[in-house]
Parts: sequence; structure tokens; C-alpha cells
Amino acid sequence: MDHDLTLLPEILVSVFLVIGGLFGLVGSIGFLRLRDTMQRLHAPTKATTLGVGGVLIGSMLYFVMVEGRVSFHELLITLFLFLTAPITANFIAKTHMQAKLQEKDLPPSGGKYGWAVYDAPPGEENDPGR
Amino acid sequence: MLSRLFPHPVLSLTLTIVWLALVNKVTLGNLFLGAVFGVTIPVLTAPYWPNRPTLRAPLMALEYVFIVLWDIIVANVVVAAIVLFKRNDAIHSRWVVVPLDLTSAEAITVLAGTVTMTPGTVSTTLAADGSALLVHALHTDDPDEVRDHIKSRYERRLKEIFG
Repeated sequence: MDHDLTLLPEILVSVFLVIGGLFGLVGSIGFLRLRDTMQRLHAPTKATTLGVGGVLIGSMLYFVMVEGRVSFHELLITLFLFLTAPITANFIAKTHMQAKLQEKDLPPSGGKYGWAVYDAPPGEENDPGR
Repeated sequence: MLSRLFPHPVLSLTLTIVWLALVNKVTLGNLFLGAVFGVTIPVLTAPYWPNRPTLRAPLMALEYVFIVLWDIIVANVVVAAIVLFKRNDAIHSRWVVVPLDLTSAEAITVLAGTVTMTPGTVSTTLAADGSALLVHALHTDDPDEVRDHIKSRYERRLKEIFG
């Protein structure tokens, strides 16, 4: 590995690493101090995205400016993160609703059918629309 | 014949590109292997997506990606500010019901994912018939504004993109 980083890439890479680290830290602080499961979900789905994003941008800059080649792995990590983070959050939220909340704790859906966690979809047994 | 070999050309192209990015080196051999994956995986998984969505406006989809990326950055700063500087009893979390005009499952999935990644909101569940989306807002004093923002900024664009 090459160790003679010149000043400009060194500063740029550091800036992105620090930004990434700060947001990662804020995400973890949010995880600790927010009050309930639903609020806590907000911290890792957002603050952490920019935390990882900052580190990835720093990494890409390092490869382009210092090693002189383009690395695509960071883009893939970003893509996979964007695909998986919302789905994980959704699963946790649904499990929370199933285990800790009741239909009366939530606002009504405004349609004929209730929320999918509690109500059967159209055409199935117990279909409230039938 | 051609549609049976390439049931989903966009997916084939995406898989090939993802493979090249995974091995991180563009050579003829990798390109060939990527193309083999790009052809076989869509053929093998074709039964799982009987009504595949069509992108009506690819350019708008690109615009959508950049809008969402920008909003994710804003979202991070907004949530970080709430986490760091707001007292616990000053954070007003609310449930927001977003009635949906979108009908395609793919479009609703993209909308739900977008809502989760952007300012202070997480999508939790759908109405059983898919007519409304339940969203949890970390901090808001005006649930109606959150709803209108989601509908005008994201849903309107997705409606044009997916048709």
C-alpha cells in the first residue's frame, strides 16, 4: 500500500471520514436516548445512512485520488443498504405493532379495510368488505 | 422467443452491471460471466413477478433518484438535530395516514422505501386493500402537512414514472 498521501486527498478523505463518524455516533446516541421502539427506528434508518455514506465516499476518494483506480464496491454497498434498510425498518415496525400495539392505538385507515397487520386482505377469510 | 430469453431486459442489464461491480474489474471473461447471470436469473425467477412494471418515464426515474438522495442528506441532518438538541418531552411523534392513489405493488414499495429513508418518517404498514399507508413521524406538529408533502413530492412523481 502507498503511504505518501498528498495534502489535498488527505484532507478530503479525512473530512468525509469525520462526517461519517459523527453521523454514526449521532445515530447511536438517538438509539440510546429516544423513548420508544417507533422513535428509535428513526435513528438507525437515517442518521446511520449518512454515517455509512460518508465513510464510503471517503473510501472512493481514496481509491481514485491516491491509488488511481475506480472502486465500484462502495456504490454496491450503498445500493444494498438502500434496498435493505427500509425493509428491515418495516419488519421491526410491523412486529412492534403486532406485539405491543392494538388497532385502537392507531388512526383509522379511512377505507373499508383496516391496517394489514390486523385485517385480512380482500378475498380472504374474515374479509371485512364482504 | 426473444421475450422468453429476455423476460426482463432491464433486470438482465442491472445484474450484469452489478456483477462487474462486484468483481471490480472489467474483463471480457467477467463480462461474459455477468451476461450469463443476467440471462439465467431473470428466466429462473420469471414466475415470481407475473405483472412486471414498466418504466414509463426513465428520465423522471433518474430525477427521482437524485431528489431522494438529496432528501436523505437533509433527513440525516434534521434527525440528527432532533436527536441532539430536542428534549424528550418536546419531541411530538405522530401517526400519519397517507391515502394512496398508486395501485401497482412496485410503485407502493418504492414509495414506502422512500418515506422510510427521508425526513423524519418511517412507513409501517399498508391498509389491507392497499388503499392507504401508515407512516410514523418522529417529530411533527402538523400531520396534514407531512401527508401532503409525501403525496406531492414523491407519490405524484411515482405515478408518472410507473403510469
